[in-house]
Amino acid sequence: MGDFLMPSLGADMESGTVLEWRVRPGDTVHRGDIVAVVDTEKSTIEIEVFEDGIVDELLVEAGAEVPVGTPLARIGAATAQPAEAARPKPARPKARPRPAHRKAAPSNAARPQAAEHVRASPLARRRAAERDIDLAAVGGSGPGGAVVAADLERAAVTGPPAPTPAAEAAPEPAAARRDDRQAAMRHAIGVLMARSAREIPHYHLATTIDLSAALRWLTAANERRSVSERLLPGALLLRATALAAREVPALNGFWVDDGFRPSAVVHLGVAVSLRGGGLVAPALHDADRLTLDELMAGLRDLVGRARAGRLRSSEMADPTLTVTNLGDQGVDEVHGVIYAPQVALIGFGKVAERPWASGGMLGVRPTVRATLAADHRASDGMIGARFLNALDRLLQTPEDL
Amino acid sequence: MNLAETRALLARLLHGIAPEVDLDTIDPAAPLQEEAELDSMDFLNLVNALYDETGIEIPERDYPRVATIDGFVDYVSALSTA
Repeated sequence: MGDFLMPSLGADMESGTVLEWRVRPGDTVHRGDIVAVVDTEKSTIEIEVFEDGIVDELLVEAGAEVPVGTPLARIGAATAQPAEAARPKPARPKARPRPAHRKAAPSNAARPQAAEHVRASPLARRRAAERDIDLAAVGGSGPGGAVVAADLERAAVTGPPAPTPAAEAAPEPAAARRDDRQAAMRHAIGVLMARSAREIPHYHLATTIDLSAALRWLTAANERRSVSERLLPGALLLRATALAAREVPALNGFWVDDGFRPSAVVHLGVAVSLRGGGLVAPALHDADRLTLDELMAGLRDLVGRARAGRLRSSEMADPTLTVTNLGDQGVDEVHGVIYAPQVALIGFGKVAERPWASGGMLGVRPTVRATLAADHRASDGMIGARFLNALDRLLQTPEDL
Repeated sequence: MNLAETRALLARLLHGIAPEVDLDTIDPAAPLQEEAELDSMDFLNLVNALYDETGIEIPERDYPRVATIDGFVDYVSALSTA
């Protein structure tokens, strides 16, 4: 083991703010443990450690904003060796989930200057809202005077401390403070999508899929289930997508250094729209190996945590193929922009009854429009068509999903 | 539960799912899911929260009957006093 770095939680991330540490020097950690909570432009993320070990030293204090790749903590080997022996080369460690793809990342100069608003971490905002605390009245101890969760705890105990000059100078209306966060998220989405649109030669395919069999099966299945075990059509669509991704691996992976790197696993990115605007697309890990029930439970958990601002670092960093389902928004189809460095994006529109010609007869069936946006550097239309056809076929035998 | 109590319960459950939604600003006869911008996952969570709280289980085939505030309140109120 060695230095534990500020991870890259998506191609659009340049830096992160350590909101709180969940471990102290001397603590034993295991792979997957949450060691810190980090705030990014888009979300508050729980950072997991990737190897077993013992926390040697915390290198960054809570409240500090540091660039991706900055050592956050030193973590020694799990075995009870003396710390000196365990101290590794200070070289770039492997604690990093995945090399950051930051070639086209903009310089810090391009970031919006949000200092005129009361700055606060999402966690602090949420807690402040829960307790009806006015953020402007709480002195921030975070970077740039940002209010962090710890400030609220202090405020709750001692009453509001003397405001910092920054906070004093900026008594903003509440609406403006919400806008601050949203502006940051728009910026982050904008940077990533602009890069995708600029660099990725997209091609788009669409197909209409008959869902009568799938929905009939689903209705019958849900009749037998308790509320907490009910399935949503979206879970069926995700399951079929995951299986199709395994079948057509040329769409599942990353475009890195002028080449396609297929992924051996299927981590489906699930685009989740957030209340109040913006979206995140965290990963449902190993979606192709989950049973339908596991996938549904995972989806519920993921959407819930995405909206509560409680995602984990591994979920932010490693989706291999993203799905956007705009069915609930009532549109027929979505032609998406790929999340670089991924090479494809699957879109679903609403499930609706539509005229359907089959066997010389015209009937009405529930159908969904499935779309594929794919990177022409990594695949051609024939591959894309194979994927959509596989998706269609899989959805015709829902009992096998 | 009478109608007012059921409505208060709905407001509370909804607050846990969509905190920014104010039930009083929504037309009680309009589709709740659209008005409150609830997606199918939110709606399932609402039905689930109702079950956890009251033991009342709304089957999917009855979803159309609880699609508005009025419909929801009438349905749940009738079941809870039955």
